[in-house]
Amino acid sequence: MKTNWKYLATICFFAFCGLIVISYQYAKPRYKPDNISDLLNDFSWLINWPKWLDFPLMQPINSGFDWLIVQYGLFFEGINNFLLGLYTAMKDAVVGLPWPLVVILVIVITYFVSGKKINTTITVGFCTFFIGFLSPRYWDKAIMTTCIVLIGIFLCLVIGIPIGIAMARKPKLRKTILPVLDLMQTIPSFCYLIPGILLFGLGAVPAIIAIFVYAAPPLIRLTDLGIRLVDEEVVEAADAFGASKKQKLWGVQIPLALPNIMQGVNQSVMMALAMVVIASMIGTRGIGDEVLLGLQQLNVGMATEAGIAIVLLAIIFDRITQAYGDKIQDKTRPKKVKSALPVKAKV
Amino acid sequence: MPKIELKNVYKIFGEDPQSVLPLLQEGTTKEEILEERDHTVGLDNVSLSIEEGETFVCMGLSGSGKSTLIRHINRLIDPTKGEVLVDGVNVLKFSENELLELRRHEMSMVFQRFGLFPHKTVMENVAYGLEVQGKELEDRNSIAEDQIKAVGLNGFEHQYPSQLSGGMQQRVGLARALATDPGILLMDEAFSALDPLIRNDMQDQLMELQSKLHKTIVFITHDLDESLKLGDHIGILNGGKLVQVGRPEEIIMNPADDYVTAFVKDVNRAKVLRAKTIMLSPENYPVNGKASGETIKVLEDRFIEEFLPQMLEKRAVVEVIDNDGNTSGFITEKELAQSLTKN
Repeated sequence: MKTNWKYLATICFFAFCGLIVISYQYAKPRYKPDNISDLLNDFSWLINWPKWLDFPLMQPINSGFDWLIVQYGLFFEGINNFLLGLYTAMKDAVVGLPWPLVVILVIVITYFVSGKKINTTITVGFCTFFIGFLSPRYWDKAIMTTCIVLIGIFLCLVIGIPIGIAMARKPKLRKTILPVLDLMQTIPSFCYLIPGILLFGLGAVPAIIAIFVYAAPPLIRLTDLGIRLVDEEVVEAADAFGASKKQKLWGVQIPLALPNIMQGVNQSVMMALAMVVIASMIGTRGIGDEVLLGLQQLNVGMATEAGIAIVLLAIIFDRITQAYGDKIQDKTRPKKVKSALPVKAKV
Repeated sequence: MPKIELKNVYKIFGEDPQSVLPLLQEGTTKEEILEERDHTVGLDNVSLSIEEGETFVCMGLSGSGKSTLIRHINRLIDPTKGEVLVDGVNVLKFSENELLELRRHEMSMVFQRFGLFPHKTVMENVAYGLEVQGKELEDRNSIAEDQIKAVGLNGFEHQYPSQLSGGMQQRVGLARALATDPGILLMDEAFSALDPLIRNDMQDQLMELQSKLHKTIVFITHDLDESLKLGDHIGILNGGKLVQVGRPEEIIMNPADDYVTAFVKDVNRAKVLRAKTIMLSPENYPVNGKASGETIKVLEDRFIEEFLPQMLEKRAVVEVIDNDGNTSGFITEKELAQSLTKN
């Protein structure tokens, strides 16, 4: 521990010196003192933060970003086309269906995914119906929002779960990824919505990217936690019977971590819905833009209606994912001991 | 050739075990190493050999390194130094795949808290080892079915472990371990989590199975009665050191040090000592190898408690006979009194 502390202090000291030198170098000449000795005669720079002590981060980032667009434009366009194509196809397919069929479809899906729970099915069916009931305009917009959320969540699953598993296996990797997750969760969403627009244009795709950045962390964290929380002795048992890493992962660790992973999916979906409203500010169409419209027109009723519609969507997603999680949990931890009496062995 | 052999195995837990190893070999104590170097000694120069078909019980209190020891045999833990031989082959030199094959076919393990898969049914649990081997579903189900019957759990195939009581869960654990028909059975405090009556039941069941299957069993326990009951040989661990290895009656009659003495102090000797251990040879018996007065004949493998009531009731002398009926020795009240007296 002692060596660690000294190591850190040295690094910080040199970084501090470096920052001062760089800031001073790049500061505009008119802000700089004429002479270093001025600093010793006039101590006013100690009261207000001196203008020459300004680390130049904005310029290099902007130029770096420009370079990125020029160099990898094709790459981003490829992603854009793929996600946009996926979104459009999905949206057109569902919007094209007659609305009663959509309601029935949602009910049927809920019924089977929830393990035939009648209560959940009725709640979800009612909420679905009520979205259109609020305002006919909401129906198509809710479908657009749902499609964006689903694609965003799909990205979260495909990228997030493998990362979570890798983190659970390698403590060093976890140490490096955890700060990144903190960053993804705390950085204001507009900070990555702007580069999103520059890279992917206005519309659904930057919203999907934003959803991924915002909603993937809880899923990654809970996947990692879920895998690590699997009973050590059970994992050891798998090892003792000669299970390979793959057999152990798919046969034991993932199934037993699934309730936690589903909790992560549930959290991700909720965060994705929150992000969809913010994304309406960069021109993503969906129920969020009704909220924005209400805000711009100071129309409280309109914003409330749209707000209720989003809450209903959230309830639908939440009920379905929760019910599915419960169903899995029931399987790994069945209700109660049937007979506590020991069975006399018959050999 | 012994089935399992450990040669000078050291295990140190910590950040840099190799740097601590020389200290341990020079005789620094476990406590000093923990204090000064922040490393925990798991095993300290342990050597032992286990013959094919015997039950070897490894006994010690918690922290004595017994669980660490058993995990060296299937390499769930790798030693800091030393050799682990199974069938004369050093398993430490095995590649990843060879090790998996060894665990799949040669040995299996039973755990203290059962280690059952909560998301699998009893049947799937028992068939797990076969599943890992890559056997077809039908084959493994028929084998699993037989094993479930063998431990007396028929009718519970499609229950989940959490629906069973502790004793039943451990039967599942035992069936799972036997399903792959391994030569070696590793049992890590397998019965410690069960209540005494069920534990006794399970011990009997294990002995009955063993009399048919003749596996090489390595059994870990902290319960001396259990080790005396099950073990052909017993190894006693203290602070990572193997302090004594011997047959149950050797351990009782000649404890190697104070630690073992303290351990065996409260043992019910009548339950452990056999007729042949305490008998006088015929030439030492006063009347020229002939018993005076009433005698009862007792096989030499019988425990004292089996003939004691009869002997006291009839006030008789015991004539110990071997399996062919020849007299091999005598037991009078004097030998009896000596053998049952605590040192």
